[in-house]
Amino acid sequence: MTQTDFYILLPLTVLTVWACVLLLVDLFIPKDRKGITAFLAALGLAVTLGFTVTQIGREGTGFNGMVTLDGFSTFINVLILVSGLFGIALAYGYIKRMGIDRGEYYTLMLFSITGMMLMAQAADLIIVFLALELLSIPLYVLAAFARPNLQSEEAGVKYFLLGAFATGFVVYGTALVFGATGTTSFSGIFFAASNGTSSLLLTIGAALLLVGFGFKVAAVPFHMWTPDVYQGAPTAVTAFMSSGAKIAGFAALLRVFATAFPSLSADITNVLWALAALTMIVGNITAITQTNIKRLLAYSSIAHAGYILMAFVPYGNKEVMPVSIAAGLFYLVSYAVTNFGSWGVVIALEKAEGRGLEISDYAGLAKKYPALALAMTVFMLSFIGFPPTLGMVGKFYLFRAAIAGGYSGLAIIGVVTSLVSAYYYLRVVVNMYMREGDPTIEREPWLNFATAATAIITVGLSFVPQWLFLLASTAVF
Amino acid sequence: MVPVDYYILLSAVLFTLGALGVLIRRNPLIIFMSIELMLNAGNLAFVAFANMYKSFSGQIFVFFVIAVAAAEVAVGLALIVEIFKTRKNINIDEMNSLKG
Repeated sequence: MTQTDFYILLPLTVLTVWACVLLLVDLFIPKDRKGITAFLAALGLAVTLGFTVTQIGREGTGFNGMVTLDGFSTFINVLILVSGLFGIALAYGYIKRMGIDRGEYYTLMLFSITGMMLMAQAADLIIVFLALELLSIPLYVLAAFARPNLQSEEAGVKYFLLGAFATGFVVYGTALVFGATGTTSFSGIFFAASNGTSSLLLTIGAALLLVGFGFKVAAVPFHMWTPDVYQGAPTAVTAFMSSGAKIAGFAALLRVFATAFPSLSADITNVLWALAALTMIVGNITAITQTNIKRLLAYSSIAHAGYILMAFVPYGNKEVMPVSIAAGLFYLVSYAVTNFGSWGVVIALEKAEGRGLEISDYAGLAKKYPALALAMTVFMLSFIGFPPTLGMVGKFYLFRAAIAGGYSGLAIIGVVTSLVSAYYYLRVVVNMYMREGDPTIEREPWLNFATAATAIITVGLSFVPQWLFLLASTAVF
Repeated sequence: MVPVDYYILLSAVLFTLGALGVLIRRNPLIIFMSIELMLNAGNLAFVAFANMYKSFSGQIFVFFVIAVAAAEVAVGLALIVEIFKTRKNINIDEMNSLKG
């Protein structure tokens, strides 16, 4: 192991060691003071974030080409670490209130984050597989964390079975790709594939990998686990996995397909086109009938996976690809921010035993708690893509990139489904402002901070989007 | 010497059986076994290809898969035991407290 190898994985190593030590330290922290564990976990993320920031602008590969460090991995890592910090802020008061205040929560979160970071840095299918499992297995446990609550246990089992099913596809896909090319490294596959070995085996392997990642990012038709798992899991876990796991899944999808399989783009682009269109349509239309806010947001997260997928469609086209991917990364950021904020509001209204989760429970919120209602309105408008929010700018970049790439049809589907989505997002707003009701909320300093911060970012960044878009553009490899 | 095609054919059959098992069977333990079958189909294909290419990386991947599958077993069985303790029954069709 040389110094470069170590340097490339420095933030990841720090976080892994930190998580392992925290697991032990947590044993000595008394049951009623698990806040210390939360603080230590957040500190670990902050330290890792510091190391990651020092790597901005650095590039290289390590461990015989198994892992890589570039602008893309740094961008994704920063995003994931910030998501982790928000995840802890949302969980801190919530798990206390729900009586699931166990220290493992934070350790599991840290392990999952290490998996996500490794995913962004992977340069070999072996590492992709390991990272996928490292990020998923702690999430299975976290989804069932509210045991013996039946809904949470069911969510855990369902997530586990379908996640493991997806793993099977990834493993078999990797095996076939290995069989077609004789290597598992992205550059090796790219080299072998562009030298004419574009066999049937390689195409089937890539398709199986696509199925596996499709499950992880919840693209239609591999989405059926999402509403159940998002509804059943503790809300703080849902907030974290709907952002973090999705970011990591898209990072892997992009990395694998853009660096290893550009030669298959003629076939894969059509498949991605259909997946993106289906995901947008099914996600948005099914969301209309939902009355539970967690399920509504689950379908909304499916729909948004479709919008992000849209940016990946022209991945093999060298001219359009950079702008399109930058738009996708921008949208990923705007989705993550808005998503955390909206789940923060849901956590503020949630009561024990799953009460306070119906949309009708939001009636009268604006009169009693105007600030919270305003924040929720901002998030809903951002999900629709209404100015002045980050979601609007994100959609603008996405649709512009799609049209520039010659996918006007996809852009039209995007615009129409956004209009459809206005119906169910605005229903929440109408409930808050125009119906009478008497909701009560939980006031927790960290939760308030996270919700306020995401609301301010959602509106504030929309006035200076160029800055973020430039960052995203430099991250494209 | 058995040609590599036979191994790949066998692994494809195993993988298909596993995938069908996941979709058709209703007991989480059987579903879980089917998933293991899918993973082992991948392992078989890997070993066969590794032998064909005389390359070690395929065999090493198999070790990773075996290790990760063991970790998955630990978590998966724990989840299934946990839900059994709560409802004395693990039929997938009766896991319907979540819907909408």
